[in-house]
Amino acid sequence: MTKILKHRLFWPAAALVSLLAVNIIANQSFARITMRDGQLYGALIDILRQSAPLMLVALGMTLVIATRGIDLSVGAIMAVSGAVALTIIDSSPSPGSLGTVAVAVVVALLVSLVLGAWNGFLVSVLGIQPIIATLVLMLAGRGVALLITGGAITTVNSAPLKFIASGYLFILPFAFFISVAAIATVGLLERRTALGVLTEAVGINPEASRLAGVRARGIKWSAYVASGLLAGIAGVIYASNISAADANAAGFLIELYAILAVVLGGTSLMGGKFSIAGTVIGVLTVQTLGSTILFFGVPSAQSPVVFAAVVILVVLLQSDLVHRTAKRVWSQVRAEFTSSNQQDTEVAS
Amino acid sequence: MAVDTAVPPIVQMRDITIQFPGVLALDQVDFSLRPGEIHALMGENGAGKSTLIKALTGVYHIDSGTIEVAGARRVFDSTAAAQDAGISTVYQEVNLCANLSVGENVMLGHEPRRQGRIDWTAVHAEAQRHLKNLGLELDTRSVLSSHSIAIQQLVAISRAMVLDSKVLILDEPTSSLDRGEVEQLFAVMRELRESGVAILFVSHFLDQVYEVSDRITVLRDGGLVGEFLVADLPRDALVTKMIGREMTDLAEISEKSDRAIDRDGAPVLSASGIGRRGGVAPADVSVYKGEVIGFAGLLGSGRTELARLIYGADRADSGEMQIHGDNVKVHSPRQAMEHGIAFSSENRRDEGIIADLTVAENIVFGIQAQRGWTRRVKNGEQDAIVKDYIAALGVRPADPTMRAGNLSGGNQQKVLLARWLATAPELMVLDEPTRGIDVGAKADIQRKVAELSDKGLSVIFISSELEEVLRLAQRIVVMRDRHKIGELDSHDVDAAGLIDYIANNEAGSVAR
Repeated sequence: MTKILKHRLFWPAAALVSLLAVNIIANQSFARITMRDGQLYGALIDILRQSAPLMLVALGMTLVIATRGIDLSVGAIMAVSGAVALTIIDSSPSPGSLGTVAVAVVVALLVSLVLGAWNGFLVSVLGIQPIIATLVLMLAGRGVALLITGGAITTVNSAPLKFIASGYLFILPFAFFISVAAIATVGLLERRTALGVLTEAVGINPEASRLAGVRARGIKWSAYVASGLLAGIAGVIYASNISAADANAAGFLIELYAILAVVLGGTSLMGGKFSIAGTVIGVLTVQTLGSTILFFGVPSAQSPVVFAAVVILVVLLQSDLVHRTAKRVWSQVRAEFTSSNQQDTEVAS
Repeated sequence: MAVDTAVPPIVQMRDITIQFPGVLALDQVDFSLRPGEIHALMGENGAGKSTLIKALTGVYHIDSGTIEVAGARRVFDSTAAAQDAGISTVYQEVNLCANLSVGENVMLGHEPRRQGRIDWTAVHAEAQRHLKNLGLELDTRSVLSSHSIAIQQLVAISRAMVLDSKVLILDEPTSSLDRGEVEQLFAVMRELRESGVAILFVSHFLDQVYEVSDRITVLRDGGLVGEFLVADLPRDALVTKMIGREMTDLAEISEKSDRAIDRDGAPVLSASGIGRRGGVAPADVSVYKGEVIGFAGLLGSGRTELARLIYGADRADSGEMQIHGDNVKVHSPRQAMEHGIAFSSENRRDEGIIADLTVAENIVFGIQAQRGWTRRVKNGEQDAIVKDYIAALGVRPADPTMRAGNLSGGNQQKVLLARWLATAPELMVLDEPTRGIDVGAKADIQRKVAELSDKGLSVIFISSELEEVLRLAQRIVVMRDRHKIGELDSHDVDAAGLIDYIANNEAGSVAR
């Protein structure tokens, strides 16, 4: 029992489970999953589908944070990626063909990869502080996206594109499979190879890692490249969802939600030890919270306040200080209870 | 000096138990401290000395047991609470504000005020008075960092006196002091003892403990061995109690290996004229197979700087290096490693151990770095390597899953040694591998170095302890003021001779 309590993912998972429980208690239809035309629908399925972009971005963010870095440019990279893909499809004579969409997506992802590499170059080669290095692209990226789309919101009508975010494979949303594939790829790459432990080492103690012969520069660089690529995929999903490239709205504030998800998952902003499973739980928590607020019909003007209040609650739930205090208060209460019991028995005898 | 046992103790700790994840750091330890005594707390690294101090000063929460201060039961949940109860600590690394003046540091938080504003004249006058009580003549307006560590420590003690402390804890105060400074510190300690302050003293230097203490408490493996009057405990008995076995280990190694080194053919490493502006003047170093070269010299003489150039930790801006007679470029640790050179830094915490990784991960870390990220050291392979090295070097506790940062200094050093040995280097550069660690671990490490060099490993061994260098090395490179001033055969010289050489020989004079 105490082993479960001490597991690093216990509190993150507890937060997610309680959030889901609150929803189900308030309204049983939250848990209802229905099958229509061989496809599953329901609030929970929506969470899985809608969380895909945040999931991808947060996975990349986890790696970057593990190296003691931060990537503020992910939202902007999403915008650029969407703009590139949609512009290619829009200018193609056959926007509905699978080939066109495939080319558009591949080019968009390559561009994202290059942007990630640019961030990595600034941080690992030039030694610029990550928050400043990625701020450059965060500010400039949306401008680049607007330049690509010519200042307008490019809209297209393309069935293969639409499929990415809204289609179904077997009985589940296609976007969910993208999430799973990304989680599996990142998880295997980090834990089946030594990339994970080397990334952690560089984050925990960069100088000791360098002196031990680790190619710290390459490790850091790879984290930013991965973050850029994953943000690029997220950008394509976002653009597919609305069949449009909206340079201002795509991935707006997603860098902050991603950081939140990573931290909720138990990875420290100080770098070092990271947990992919924790990030997955963190993303689902953030997404569920968003859905909950909609579900409870909180007016949109007030929703950020509710969101913030719940986040504070969840963070407190995970805090060591709160755990220790609770433990102390509990043992005091118990001690007083037993001593007053004893007095009662003494009086009785 | 006799301690009056009739005086009730000012600090009484009973049955103190502290459990860390996977380790019982303290197991029902009793400890008492009386007013007007200097009480030494002795034990090897990892015996629980620091843990006991941290329990007393409110850094660690105790899992069971009681602490009484001046007869009243206390639970400290912070260092501030302990300080309010009159317990002050002066650490090895001085915890004062280096950028403030001496006077400001002494009086910080207790500045005399006039009409709500700090009266700086009074602050400095008051600080001066406190310093004078300890026999210190200092300009209180000078910046703290402009003084030596010794003076800074005495300032920290003055500060403790401003707080009207009844208990003063000195944790390894002498490890970076020279002989004169130690005398000055001891004079102050004796002075405070006369005035009724209880002093808890931790040191690795047996001589100092016997010189200044009245009573000794010995810990081993988190448990209490006993409390003794200094007069009742001869040194060899103390050492035996600390390590729990007879103290013949160091004597064994002192039989210097008279193995002949084969100096025909190309040396494993030959560096000619390597230097770095602002670091160390160009110097020649060569190491043959199976040879141990000692670097001797004072702290800051350029020993470390020269070692770092050889490993590529810093880039040399002059000179050439040859490995087995082939010209090579070593511009990074990575390249040095590829040529079979390993380097263990003097700064274990910042440049060695990856604190948040496990002991096992730290041990295979060198191999992993060598292989790169694509070829992970598999679990089975890792377990085998780790098991071997934990046993071979005697890492305690022998728990591969423990967080490496939780190990004591000596055991961290063993883990680092294991990390490098596992990479099977040809040349190992060890910078102060035995600094700040206890006699038992020191003997373990020295024995390992001797054993490995017998098997053909070449070693560059850097240490402040000349006896250690003389014992292990065949040749000694002597450094002073960032110059190599000569090279000696360790058979031709003893410690006194080496000191004389370091002190008196001019740079550039030819010595062989």
